[in-house]
Amino acid sequence: MTPLIEVRGLRFRYEDGTAALNGIDFRLDPGETVAVFGANGSGKTTFVLHLNGLLAGEGTVKVCGLLVEKKNLAAIRRKVGIVFQDSDSQLFMPSVLEDVAFGLLNQGMDRAAAIARAHAALETVGMSAAAGRAPYHLSAGEKKRVAIAGIVAMEPDVLVLDEPTANLDPPGQRSLADLVARLPQAKILVTHDTPFALALCKRAVFFQAGLISADGTVEELVSRFDWDFTLGPSKLSR
Amino acid sequence: MHPAVLDRWSRGSSPVHRRDARAKLVALLVFLVCLATAHRALPWLAAGLLVLLAAALLWARLPLAAALARAAVVVPFGAVFALISWAAGDPARGLALVAKSYLSALAVLLVVATTPLPALLRGLEMMGAPPFLLAVGQFLHRYLFVISEEARHIRTAAVARGAAARDWMAPGVRFRSAAGALAGLFARSYRRAEEIHRAMRARGFGGRIPPLGEARFRGGDAVFAVLASLAPVALRVAVERVAR
Amino acid sequence: MRRCHPALTHGVTVGALVARFFNSCYREPTVHIPDGFLATPVWAVLDAAAAPAVVLIARRAQRGFDQAQAPLLGVMGAFVFAAQMINFPVGAGTTGHLVGGALLAMTLGPASASVVMTAILAIQALVFQDGGVLALGANAVNMALVGVLAGYLPFSLWGGTPWRRFSIFAGGFLSVLVSAVLALSELLISGVPMPRPMLGITLGLFLVSAILEGAITLAVLESLERIQPQAVRRPRAGRSPALGVLAVAAVLLASVGVLIASQAPDAIQRLTRLPAQEPAAWLSKSAAGLGGLALIYAACLALGRVASRNRSA
Repeated sequence: MTPLIEVRGLRFRYEDGTAALNGIDFRLDPGETVAVFGANGSGKTTFVLHLNGLLAGEGTVKVCGLLVEKKNLAAIRRKVGIVFQDSDSQLFMPSVLEDVAFGLLNQGMDRAAAIARAHAALETVGMSAAAGRAPYHLSAGEKKRVAIAGIVAMEPDVLVLDEPTANLDPPGQRSLADLVARLPQAKILVTHDTPFALALCKRAVFFQAGLISADGTVEELVSRFDWDFTLGPSKLSR
Repeated sequence: MHPAVLDRWSRGSSPVHRRDARAKLVALLVFLVCLATAHRALPWLAAGLLVLLAAALLWARLPLAAALARAAVVVPFGAVFALISWAAGDPARGLALVAKSYLSALAVLLVVATTPLPALLRGLEMMGAPPFLLAVGQFLHRYLFVISEEARHIRTAAVARGAAARDWMAPGVRFRSAAGALAGLFARSYRRAEEIHRAMRARGFGGRIPPLGEARFRGGDAVFAVLASLAPVALRVAVERVAR
Repeated sequence: MRRCHPALTHGVTVGALVARFFNSCYREPTVHIPDGFLATPVWAVLDAAAAPAVVLIARRAQRGFDQAQAPLLGVMGAFVFAAQMINFPVGAGTTGHLVGGALLAMTLGPASASVVMTAILAIQALVFQDGGVLALGANAVNMALVGVLAGYLPFSLWGGTPWRRFSIFAGGFLSVLVSAVLALSELLISGVPMPRPMLGITLGLFLVSAILEGAITLAVLESLERIQPQAVRRPRAGRSPALGVLAVAAVLLASVGVLIASQAPDAIQRLTRLPAQEPAAWLSKSAAGLGGLALIYAACLALGRVASRNRSA
């Protein structure tokens, strides 16, 4: 079974010299949903940006057997779809439909087919009614759904969601979790939202200072790194 | 008035909304030139054009009073010169300035309130405007609200920390803190632009923003363009003939 | 033509000026000329002049066939809009705000800044009815072309020298002053009524706005250099400071010259009557005024090119 994503010895330094990734080994198999935990600045987002070649570091990154390098970028970006944290920066077209169709038109699909596929994607996320609207009218939850539609329309093999529940209220978080659970792709969920991760993932990895220091079930990592926010008498310091 | 209002109006439906953007733009240009070059019998022409535009607004199913009020933002500028002209003994000139600027603004409002901005920009592109400039305009319009919200948050936060308290804070300090706020907003906007570019590349952006809509210029659009262009011209010819 | 009592004229003028003062202080330090103010030859010639210039500059800002710069320029245009909300206290209970042409030029470069300013003018005219559509050419020449160039000129010449802070202030100052003076000249050539006292006070207001813009631009750029230093350009030291002083002086002189020429009394008198009556004299006066404008524009363009050649050498 070819892994969908295979990362070996990935290192990356920013322009100012700070080391962001210090040797990452990671593997994603078909059908898996992995949670990515870690403190802010531990390298989670930087890692994710290497998966579709937005950043390039040392080591190897392979997507569906293809090496992430310039000549494969177009194909790889069709296989790995990233939904970024800030929906406003992702929904940059004047209307919802145009935004969802953006990726398809870039692939060279003809207009009618792209529009049809975009409508289908909006249907999947439950935002068909918003097709003609401008993005700034939508709520945070609606924008997130449209952003997901834009990625899902491209029919990727891997779906990456970077902090998807940030800025969402609890009902929004719940309906997003329902939606994500229904999507068939293998998924990587970078999140601080432990209940969200518990609901959707079996496996999790923990980032610390540019390294993956643990790879196990979500429950194991949550209890090992105390990665849950619950107030109890034993946890309050006196 | 909030730009969201205009955006809502432009997504309505009416015979005027359904016309191709190019037809409306052509009619607009003819109207503006006809008005700008008129010198004789101006009060009559202005009245006639006002009636014409009001009728068009009603046909476009737009709220008449709100539209008339919105176009009036140009009036204060002209009113100043109208006052001066009146004081100098030439009220006709002053009235001409106010009437021309108001009617021009109203005509522009009519077109923009019946055409969603992306369609308008595409119409302009098909009429020969530089596509890069229009792309910049499209992104500007898209992020106008977003960045303004961020600016409002910054201002609210500053006011909450006493920025409006003139008594104890020296103007130099307030000046520098406003400059710092602006610099922060600049940096955030710059970073947002990088995020947008990153999101575009992640979806296969190849250098040109793909257009979605296909604007077709039908017979109805041609008829509209011709009739809408003739209306102000005919009105002007008639008014000038009667005034002679 | 009835002549009103002079006291009434003065009273109305003062009243109008007070209204203008508050209007300009709380809204725009720059003049967006609406439709209906400019005489036909004025707006037509400026539209004809601006159109090819904008096409050329858009191509230059685009950098090839890639539209990748469009999001950055669009977002920075939105920033300029949003920046109007941030008030800078001036004292005496008034506040001003950033206009932005010079700031954009010093961070994005003059070509990109011109494109952003043009896009801003178009959106302001279409969506906010602030400025006319036929007058877009005039407003673009004033604010997006000549204004940006005049704002960038001192910075490109002295931005890499110890005079850097002064050059930033001078850029902000010149961009607003030159734009405003050009707009005023165009209005005067078109015969818009403006009695002497109002003219004087309006010019005074322009000077205040220009100084404010210089101060704000400098303050914001200094703050910006601390948080995002690579955002601000670093032009290399120009080779001839004397040429620089000459260039700036030429720009100022030409602007003032056009202003003086355009308010020659006979021009105004000719234009308040029907233009059909004395075509020759009216044409020559307006040609002189417009020729002056073209000269300023050409001077800025040429000097800008010299400055950039100095820099890249």
